[in-house]
Amino acid sequence: MNRPLEDILVLDFTQFMSGPSATLRLADLGARVIKVEHRERGDLSRTAYAPAFDLGDAPAFFQAINRGKESVAADLRDPHDVALLLKIAAEADVVVSNFRPGVMDRHGLGYERLHASNPALVYGEITGYGAEGPWALEPGQDLLLQAASGMMWLTGADDDGPVPMGIAMADYCAGAMLAQGVLAALAGGGGTRVDVSMLEAVLDLQFEPFTLYLQDSEEPKRGGVNPAHPLVAAPYGVYRTSDGYLALAMTPIDTLAALVGCEELSQFTDRGRWFHERDEIKGVLAAHLASESTRHWLDRLEPADVWCAEVLSWADLVIHEGFLALDMVQEVGEGADSYRVTRCPIRIDGQVLRSPARAPRLGEHTESIRAEFGR
Amino acid sequence: MTKLPLEGVTVLEFCQYLAGPYAGLRLADLGARVIKVERPRGGDACRALATKDMWAGEDSVLFHTINRNKESFAADLKDPEHLDIVRELVATADVVTHNFRPGVMERIGLDYEAVKAINPEVVYGEVSGYGKEGPWAALPGQDLLAQARTGAMWHSGAADDPPTPLGLAVADMACGLHLAQGILAALVRRRRTGQGGLVEVSLAESLLDVQFEGLTVFLNHAGELPARSRVAPAHPYLGAPYGVYATSDSAIALSMGDVSRVLIALGLDPVEEAPGADAFVERDEIKAQIEVQLATRSTAEWMARLNGVGHWACEVLDYARLADHDGYRVLGMEQVVSRDDGISVRTTRCPIRVGGERLYSDRAAPRLGDANEQIMAELAS
Repeated sequence: MNRPLEDILVLDFTQFMSGPSATLRLADLGARVIKVEHRERGDLSRTAYAPAFDLGDAPAFFQAINRGKESVAADLRDPHDVALLLKIAAEADVVVSNFRPGVMDRHGLGYERLHASNPALVYGEITGYGAEGPWALEPGQDLLLQAASGMMWLTGADDDGPVPMGIAMADYCAGAMLAQGVLAALAGGGGTRVDVSMLEAVLDLQFEPFTLYLQDSEEPKRGGVNPAHPLVAAPYGVYRTSDGYLALAMTPIDTLAALVGCEELSQFTDRGRWFHERDEIKGVLAAHLASESTRHWLDRLEPADVWCAEVLSWADLVIHEGFLALDMVQEVGEGADSYRVTRCPIRIDGQVLRSPARAPRLGEHTESIRAEFGR
Repeated sequence: MTKLPLEGVTVLEFCQYLAGPYAGLRLADLGARVIKVERPRGGDACRALATKDMWAGEDSVLFHTINRNKESFAADLKDPEHLDIVRELVATADVVTHNFRPGVMERIGLDYEAVKAINPEVVYGEVSGYGKEGPWAALPGQDLLAQARTGAMWHSGAADDPPTPLGLAVADMACGLHLAQGILAALVRRRRTGQGGLVEVSLAESLLDVQFEGLTVFLNHAGELPARSRVAPAHPYLGAPYGVYATSDSAIALSMGDVSRVLIALGLDPVEEAPGADAFVERDEIKAQIEVQLATRSTAEWMARLNGVGHWACEVLDYARLADHDGYRVLGMEQVVSRDDGISVRTTRCPIRVGGERLYSDRAAPRLGDANEQIMAELAS
């Protein structure tokens, strides 16, 4: 099939999650990605996880995020290796890194040098906090970015203290935004650099609550009862039923009161109070919904087009027809080396994008890449 | 100011709420001209959706946040005359996006095939809740419900907590990120080959991608579900000391690293066995010790000790302390957007820098239909 980034060559100096998630997306969209790894250690995410989550010879995380890439093992202090990388960079469309500020320059791989020999090159860099200021040299690590950016006051309830999101959203967003910037630069003809810091990325993720903060200087309040989103009125939240959990999105309280048969709830008639009195309203609703099964409530709410859903775990999800219709899982690698991963979430020209290659072993492609570019 | 990469690209946005308009915002930030096509009565429903009851003029601050730097063209897609004009506009666009439910654009006659017939090189982006097939296809694309259905509520919080939603519209945001990625990739191809393309994303697929890390474990390890930590939970797949801990005066986030080194730095006994295995398997026991110890002294004292052994840690800030910090101020992340009727809103800028420069744009979100006159004149010329 015709992938949009066919013939695009990416030289990838990134490791861990932010950068590799960007180059995974470029690979899925058709680019060839050559991953440069430390000659002995490789990408640090080859070793940073508990052995319980290994998948073959590397952690499941590494296998998922680096599938479809080639690995060249190199020592950036060795001039022979750097010479090879410069040759690849001269032919590449994109070079990306996520070292701390200044590291690529020190190894003779900075933007100015690469741009001089390849004027159309797009040079992408992810840092933790940008190249200036007191945080510039701090480690760009997801949990620390969640801590610094105010993000830990959005999830959970008012009494919970800071609650991190249990997914590496700072890494994820920085990678997604770097991919956007790199693609925009390519679409505009290339020849520029693109920079994203994890802090800027995670502030963009929070642009809605943070913009409100910039108007009134009030911290977000998560609410005390069944919290789901600090800025949204009752009944928005997750409710325990007699056999599971029910998620309820924006719904007029009077409509809801009639459908679930809750007299006490029908007293909250003033739409203007549904945000300010959300804990009280949600408390009444929570007590009422706990008595019957999730199915019981869905049967009353769904026919009336109320926005609601049963809360599923992955075990429930992967056998659901709705999930199977998405065709979201693919097998990569061959034989004993194969494993299952999710595919690219973007469909192009009506087709799902599959890429059958597994993640590379450390230096698996060093010889072939030397032969190809080393002359 | 550096030349923006998407200068000369025109985007027609038939999108409401968050996911689609967030993609449009990013394309606008990167230089595209983005025209929102809105119904004459009320426009994008997000104009009337005020979170925290906060307004800027007639429209919600939320709408302003997402739609700054765009134009608005008011048109009734059920009116044949209006539709003819919209078709003319579509013929001149580089990108068309929509987030109507499956079938709506077909009925209007602005689905991909129809648009391609009048504009063969168009890049056409579609947002849905759950794709076009299966029992979920007709469901509304709503963030919390997508979180509920895709298992996204089992990562945050502690082991015995109920399902804990991510406290942001993460499905919408991720889907908007992916829509912009797909459109941009298609524009790269168009530049090289002249070929247009169709880009489809859904909240469900986007939210599954957000969970790719844990899903890979689940899909290959006999259906192992995320096991949230009992103590200082932060990430279901990482061992001690990874987590957030209260101190005597605030809270500290501790990153991954050598757990024995951390324990010694905090004045605790190191673990005896191979720390790599223990740090995960015995994470709750180890973290419980750290939790008790960290509560006894101030953040500043513990940060000094942790910095002393090079362990990655950070004090937990709120927006006020973040906004006051030089590490934040140096980013120049804020901008004020305004327009000629006196409306102005302080918000964030594009997080992506191009050519070494920050991208600012001071144009506020449009009044409904504020570009009609100009666009009609352009079409007539």
